Amino acid sequence: MTLIYPRSSTTVHPASDYAPYRSTAKRHPQKPLVVIPHTMSELTGPLYGHDVVRSTEFDLTAQHKGEPIGERIIVTGRVLDEDGRPQPGTLVEIWQANACGRYVHVVDQHPAPLDPNFTGAGRAVTDADGRYRFITIKPGAYPWGNHPNAWRPNHIHFSLFGSSFLSRIVTQMYFPGDPLFPYDPIFQSVTDARDRERMIARFDLDVTKPDWALGYQFDIVLRGRNATPTEEPHDD
Amino acid sequence: MTDAANKPQMKSAGITPSATVGPYFKYGLTPAGVYPVRDAFSPTVATPDAQGDRIRITGRVLDGDGKPVSDSMIEIWQADAAGRYAHPRDGGAKPNASFKGFGRGDTNADGRYAFETIKPGSVAGPGGKQQAPHIVVAVFARGMPKHLYTRIYFAEDAANHAGDPVLMLVPTDRRNTIVAKRGIDGAYVFDIRIQGGDETVFFDL
Ligand SMILES: [Fe+2]
Repeated sequence: MTLIYPRSSTTVHPASDYAPYRSTAKRHPQKPLVVIPHTMSELTGPLYGHDVVRSTEFDLTAQHKGEPIGERIIVTGRVLDEDGRPQPGTLVEIWQANACGRYVHVVDQHPAPLDPNFTGAGRAVTDADGRYRFITIKPGAYPWGNHPNAWRPNHIHFSLFGSSFLSRIVTQMYFPGDPLFPYDPIFQSVTDARDRERMIARFDLDVTKPDWALGYQFDIVLRGRNATPTEEPHDD
Repeated sequence: MTDAANKPQMKSAGITPSATVGPYFKYGLTPAGVYPVRDAFSPTVATPDAQGDRIRITGRVLDGDGKPVSDSMIEIWQADAAGRYAHPRDGGAKPNASFKGFGRGDTNADGRYAFETIKPGSVAGPGGKQQAPHIVVAVFARGMPKHLYTRIYFAEDAANHAGDPVLMLVPTDRRNTIVAKRGIDGAYVFDIRIQGGDETVFFDL
């Protein structure tokens, strides 16, 4: 199977210059991007899986002596290509704030406590069905300096490689029904509501473990589709 | 794969949108000994078994005011010295089996990054044309809702640049922004200017 990467699929991404997200002002190119063909350099990409992940790294609640404070959650989902085909053996990296909305990063000076039992970084590799699974703590909302009284909705940062350097993505996973969505320019920079939906995890009672943790499903769709579809495309 | 796995399992509803890496990625993606997280990747791409010329590439990431971007992540992807990628799509023999060709680093307070690698060989291009040696680069940062792609070419390959199928598409007066030159210490200098008059060429892929 040969994968192709239609450019039209990338229109879901936010614009590089989105004025409500102020830091974009000095950090977006002003000259037009140069359109180039997808050569061997772009159609290949880093392939990493079990070789860089320890089997314990999926559990962010088990990295220290004690258990972290907060609401324990399970986050699982499938990594798919644009045809809905599972992507096995794909590395998924995550990082997040603790239950209080504080990152261990030295730059984060939000006056909320650090948790000695929580770092907030994890890695997993998708199985044969394209599925990954993390156990973690629901991250808290946190303030930022974008505009007066600006708060980020609860989110987990995700980083994935996929089938080539063209499918590389860094994104953020949100939780359903967050009241901060209308006020968050990073969430709103994805301008189509249906596209924003794909950044929101779905609560799943089947993933939820009785007496232990709530479960969320978050599927990630990467660039790449079969050059020769088995089914003719049709309008409906 | 089974038939069921081969069949599209959902109607394509579009890919997952990109979001900024934000200001706090370092402990997750580039801990570099500062945080209690093991590094999966590093800016050292050269492996002991990699044949080819050892090179160092360094530069600064600068914003539209020329200020250093101290919170960006740079990833590079390249072929080995024989022009082969460690990927099944480029199916050649790989004597230097541990050379992956991928590096990840971040910028310091001066906006500076550095990679230790080997000089890549020429690789196949469209229409049977060879591409001049180059490294593919992805730039991530706070304030960047999606990463930017560029390429590093090398000044000593100037003779091959005129016929390079990608460089040919870049306006002549901007090509110099993606050609690295050796500095006095022998390291290649490749600054990334995200915005402004001498803005680096970025690609739409
Ligand atoms: Fe964040």
